[in-house]
Amino acid sequence: MENSRLKAFKNGLIKENPVFSLFLGICSTLAITTCVDNAIGMGIAVIIVLTMSNIIISLIRNITPDEIRIPVYIVVIATLVKIIQMLISAYAPSLNTSLGVFIPLIVVNCIILGRAEAFASKNNPMDSAIDGIGMGIGYTLAVLTMSLIREVISTGGFIVSNPFTTEKIFGITFIPEEYCISLFSSPVGAFITFACLAAAVGAYKAYADKKEAEAEKAKEVK
Amino acid sequence: MIAELATLLVTCVLINNVILNQFLGMCPFMGVSKKTSSAVGMGIAVVFVIVVASIVTYGLYYLVLVPLGLEFMDLITFILVIASLVQLTEMFIKKTSPSLYKSLGVYLPLITTNCVVLNVCLANISNGFDFIHMLVYSVGTPLGFALVLYIFSTIRERLELSEVPSAFKGNSIALIVAAIMALAFSGFAGLV
Repeated sequence: MENSRLKAFKNGLIKENPVFSLFLGICSTLAITTCVDNAIGMGIAVIIVLTMSNIIISLIRNITPDEIRIPVYIVVIATLVKIIQMLISAYAPSLNTSLGVFIPLIVVNCIILGRAEAFASKNNPMDSAIDGIGMGIGYTLAVLTMSLIREVISTGGFIVSNPFTTEKIFGITFIPEEYCISLFSSPVGAFITFACLAAAVGAYKAYADKKEAEAEKAKEVK
Repeated sequence: MIAELATLLVTCVLINNVILNQFLGMCPFMGVSKKTSSAVGMGIAVVFVIVVASIVTYGLYYLVLVPLGLEFMDLITFILVIASLVQLTEMFIKKTSPSLYKSLGVYLPLITTNCVVLNVCLANISNGFDFIHMLVYSVGTPLGFALVLYIFSTIRERLELSEVPSAFKGNSIALIVAAIMALAFSGFAGLV
């Protein structure tokens, strides 16, 4: 049991990564990945909402009538998102302005409703929480990778700052300014980066499947 | 006044396009664009839902939530309005035109989780539009969505016949196409 939990957790990271392999929640992934700061903020917000919504929906799964389950889930998610939005606008106003409308739009992020419907409505709260954290980290990893690539190519380096005080914590430069491609901070760069990363994950998946099939074959021969 | 409204319309259809510039509604953009006929159906359904949803949420916000001081309930109210509107549309189309209902299939209920709808309702409020501006914005935005969805679906139909590196097959090459479309659409930026 422990083993399968770990496996499910690991699955969410690469092979079943919600963003690059299941193509869920790509709206926010494309939009907020212009810099690393935004990606971290958004990732944390999604992890919190996803874990909490999974736990709550799993707790009420037995008393929710089947016909109206989607509206019930949406109300639970919308309430959580509103709480997060109010907290962010109170304590991290700069993050609030840079993420903008994409905080309230977490409500319609397919990952959250998708996990509620596919996992939390059928499993106990403990498993649902683990699933929520795993999928949330998968999403965060995806947005982090993308924002890193985009920020480095478009500005030459990246900067991490404290979201509560906007104070700079860490900054590094790899490429001199005259070699930066500013196009990568625009929508075009978002689409291209995403396409290449999705292709890489797809290629890795095909490779892993092939290896698994070969291993199985070798077992059969023995 | 009319010139200003026309500018707003052009801005939200071409320049500030929801898909290529704001990345909203990506799920149906990737999911429904494999066939031109379903792309057109989806486009029309989204235009209808957004126009009705904007009018209802706009009225609800200014006539109910603001007088009661419940502005923080906007997200929950709006998403409930959208969900029930989509459900109503589905029932209405099912009853009046079963053939259209069949061709739209599963995409009809999925409009609920289309972020364009919620975004338009929220933007109407946060931009402080009056009723006429709100109407123009709520017609223009989904029109831009439908236009790009249609163009994209015609390209994707061609793409099915061409040879693509195996790793890029499917969604990845479609995203490259979207990138080129975004590049083309950024040329509209100087229009207004």
